Amino acid sequence: MNIQNILTEIEKTDPEVYERMDSRRGAMQSFLRIGGKLALAAIPIALGGMFKKAYGQSAPNIVAVLNYALTLEYLEAEFYTMGAASGVVPAGTPGVGAINTIRDHENAHVSFLKTAIASLGGQAVAKPTFDFTAGGAFGNVFTNYDTFLAVAQTFEDTGVRAYKGRAGELMGNNDVLTAALQIHSVEARHASHIRQMRKARGANVKPWITGKDTGGIGAAVQASYNGEELTTQAGIDIAAIVNANAASESFDEPLTAAQVLAIVDPFIV
Amino acid sequence: MEKEIVTRQAEGQQGNGMPRRKFLAALGLSVSAAAAITACSKDDNPGGGPPPGSIDLGRDDTGILNYAYALEQLEAAFYGQVALTPYTGITAAESQLLADIRDHEVSHREFFKKALGNKAIPGLEVNFTTIDFTNRASVLGVAKAFEDLGVSAYNGAGKLITNVDYLLLAGKIVSVEARHAALIRDLISNGSFADNTVINANGLDVASSPADVLTAAKPFLKSVLWGGNLPTS
Repeated sequence: MNIQNILTEIEKTDPEVYERMDSRRGAMQSFLRIGGKLALAAIPIALGGMFKKAYGQSAPNIVAVLNYALTLEYLEAEFYTMGAASGVVPAGTPGVGAINTIRDHENAHVSFLKTAIASLGGQAVAKPTFDFTAGGAFGNVFTNYDTFLAVAQTFEDTGVRAYKGRAGELMGNNDVLTAALQIHSVEARHASHIRQMRKARGANVKPWITGKDTGGIGAAVQASYNGEELTTQAGIDIAAIVNANAASESFDEPLTAAQVLAIVDPFIV
Repeated sequence: MEKEIVTRQAEGQQGNGMPRRKFLAALGLSVSAAAAITACSKDDNPGGGPPPGSIDLGRDDTGILNYAYALEQLEAAFYGQVALTPYTGITAAESQLLADIRDHEVSHREFFKKALGNKAIPGLEVNFTTIDFTNRASVLGVAKAFEDLGVSAYNGAGKLITNVDYLLLAGKIVSVEARHAALIRDLISNGSFADNTVINANGLDVASSPADVLTAAKPFLKSVLWGGNLPTS
């Protein structure tokens, strides 16, 4: 990508582009200053942000969605960071590597989203104070492996639904939308693996969500699964094509921001 | 000077083993434009339209839905064959999981067929001659390739969709494909559900352009797909 060419092209249609950005050199320095700190994938977002700032077009709702995502990633990142450090995952088992992998992804998501928000000229929300016992509902979350995995499954499945629910609001920015989708599928991979980890420990659960079944976790997390039982998509009766379980499993359902915030509220002090 | 710095950064990234395609994708650029030009320069397609005998996926959202329909047809046919001729030594648990996945892919395939109605492309002819369906490693290796490809295809197609309802539907499907991908990977090697061959340092999964996905799918199809009218941005 040649930033000089991009600026030259813009100059053809907007001779005052450099005044908007101080100068061509200023624009380049601005880009390099941002770019130097950025992961490569965030550069298009940064570029978009730079031009949006120059043209006075902010993206308040896109920043709001990214801050929403950031809040969920803070939750997951701290959960796995604390979990990995707590010794709740039995030493010498494959679970250690898996939880470390997921922890690293969630922390990478936090860092990526913060960068993206800053690039858009937005202000990243601060990390909330978390209580992973949810006020005592999961009191042994960092001492009982099954509780830990149950909370992990709930966070992952909820995260998948949360991203899905707000992707449409990102349609105005292709790079942000694509990045959100790229995070969304990672959360789904995590969910699949955590579910298999629970299955290996005797839970009656599959990598995918059947109906609105919590996989034996119970009422405390039911809100994260309500609505997943849908078997009609765009007016098409999927249960007429395959059995009802497969019909619900084959489509994951979104959650609204209000639903997600109600779900995570007990975990935020 | 600034230009040189940008160039060096780019080369540094490529030097670190990031393929050109991924590198371009990371920058938010698409290779499809370049690919389209290449395609047009080929002798078998002088007019720039679909080559004789090929299936035109179409344009706009309909084109993207047909593109997804084509991929779901491929996956459904594959898992259908796996269910008909299970590989040697398959366990009951694996059999059940693979039957579930087959049902999910059939669900997706038929959903798109119905949703597209008379705009749907025809049923595709597959070419699975390179797959040894008696061999676990062969079957799961192809399953992994198809699932990762499906995830990257939906991730890359999201920005090409203009109707927000279709975007949501694609989102409902892609996370199920990602669940499949993780499971298949874990069946091959436990713990590889989201390894660094698919997840980059920012924790992002792969997003691929239709042009790249169609190229990857081509060896498994007797039918020839043409995506020259698909949106590229």
